[in-house]
Amino acid sequence: MATDEQKKLIVEALEKKTGKSKFYLKDFYTMIPDLKPRAIKNIVNEMVADGILEYWSSGSTTLIGLKGVGKQAGAEHED
Amino acid sequence: MPKHETPLLDELESGPWPSFVSDIKAEAASRAKNEKNVEFQIPVDVCDDLLGVLELSYKHGRTHWKHGGIVGVFGYGGGVIGRYCDQPGMFPGVAHFHTVRVNQPGGKFYNTAYLKQLCDLWEFRGSGLTNMHGSTGDIILIGTQTPQLEEIFYDLTHNMNQDLGGSGSNLRTPADCIGSARCEYACYDTQSMCYALTQEYQDELHRPAFPYKFKFKFDGCPNCCVASIARSDMSFIGLWRDEIRIDQAAVAAYVGGEIQPNGGAHAGRDWGKFDIQKEVIGLCPTECMRYEGGKLEIDNKECTHCMHCINVMPRALRIGNDRGCAILVGAKAPILDGAQMGSLLVPFISVEDPYDEVKEVIEKVWDYWMEEGKNRERLGELIKRQGFQKLLEATDIEASPLHVSEPRSNPYIFWKEEEVEGGWERDVKAYRKDHLR
Ligand code: SF4
Ligand code: SF4
Repeated sequence: MATDEQKKLIVEALEKKTGKSKFYLKDFYTMIPDLKPRAIKNIVNEMVADGILEYWSSGSTTLIGLKGVGKQAGAEHED
Repeated sequence: MPKHETPLLDELESGPWPSFVSDIKAEAASRAKNEKNVEFQIPVDVCDDLLGVLELSYKHGRTHWKHGGIVGVFGYGGGVIGRYCDQPGMFPGVAHFHTVRVNQPGGKFYNTAYLKQLCDLWEFRGSGLTNMHGSTGDIILIGTQTPQLEEIFYDLTHNMNQDLGGSGSNLRTPADCIGSARCEYACYDTQSMCYALTQEYQDELHRPAFPYKFKFKFDGCPNCCVASIARSDMSFIGLWRDEIRIDQAAVAAYVGGEIQPNGGAHAGRDWGKFDIQKEVIGLCPTECMRYEGGKLEIDNKECTHCMHCINVMPRALRIGNDRGCAILVGAKAPILDGAQMGSLLVPFISVEDPYDEVKEVIEKVWDYWMEEGKNRERLGELIKRQGFQKLLEATDIEASPLHVSEPRSNPYIFWKEEEVEGGWERDVKAYRKDHLR
């Protein structure tokens, strides 16, 4: 289970990013200090289930972003 | 009269091979007729519009599909691949045209009732077009619209006892050969292991976990019917550690022509009398076989389990009794950066339910790749970038000569300073006593 504090850290880190709206899972690894990649993965997936984040997929890769931000244009580098 | 003229696509039907264009046209015609009175949930002319947009792409030399999208079913981060057309006004039938990946059953065993049920579902809620099977192994249902996705998922999981497969940066749908269900070469029960690991790693399969895709494939023997050695990041290939079992009487029957070699394959032409020397002994890659005085001998410690002799004389030669599998890592068959075959990581591991030893290796490999792999870097590319030795360290496996594919061409394994007596430092003065400047 992710704590509210952990979720907040991720949302804040994402809100600070400019230019891009979708990120690789790896980009989340540094958002919460001292957690193993697998623990971060679990938090991110939980936040998708909560409706805070959403997946975007090209079929071969998956990117993750704040729900509703950027939309399709972001994926095509048009925003 | 077709909805769209397709002169360029029509040319694809003129060659000697069956054409997917003819298949799509057949489905378009069948939907238009609708003899079964299906209440189509997506436009009846979806296949016509698919042909239309494809024709336009051929004309322009560019795709008219947008790149990716945000679709999926609740709780899953894979299994559905969003596809949107960039000319929805011209081709409304394929405005959305999402792909659904369905986890194929072990060994791809089906019964006809199941296949009918699947096709009925797909005519009702999708385009009716399928791809059996995608290169990962899944049943691919091609083309549906967003509102249908949850309905399809419900039907698959509740009425067909069937799950979605993996896509994106997930564990991809594990695939296996038919194994011991039908094949006497199987050195382990591929379907059992494939099923057990699919269940164990549900989270990795359905929720993105990795820097990129990751594939498991299970082959019961080195014949590699699912090509695991070429197409999976982690390949499990059955083999034996002891001796090939020889039935000398059956060998004699092959030599005498009473049993057809190769199980009777290639029998459509007269290849002449079976010549054990030329067709078996002479083709053994390690030259470890001998046939003298009517007796076949194998120097088993030199055998590389290539399967050739067993394939030619299956009634005379059988796999050994001490069985397990080898684990190879790092294969990929991508468009960019070239294909790569798997490298041997674990020469032999026992494969017994609940497969704890195997899981331990898998999880160490994942931890390493998740930590060190760059975005969109396959395991094989990471191994190439950092060296095989790093993987050996991460998995606590000791380097052995078996890890070297050929002398002097394998740059993977190096000595470390602490492994060498005296380290890298040397006493130059002592050296100069014996070696002049
Ligand atoms: S890989 Fe080997 S065991 Fe599996 S089906 Fe093929 S020949 Fe049989
Ligand atoms: S399996 Fe291959 S290497 Fe082994 S004895 Fe037969 S032909 Fe030779």
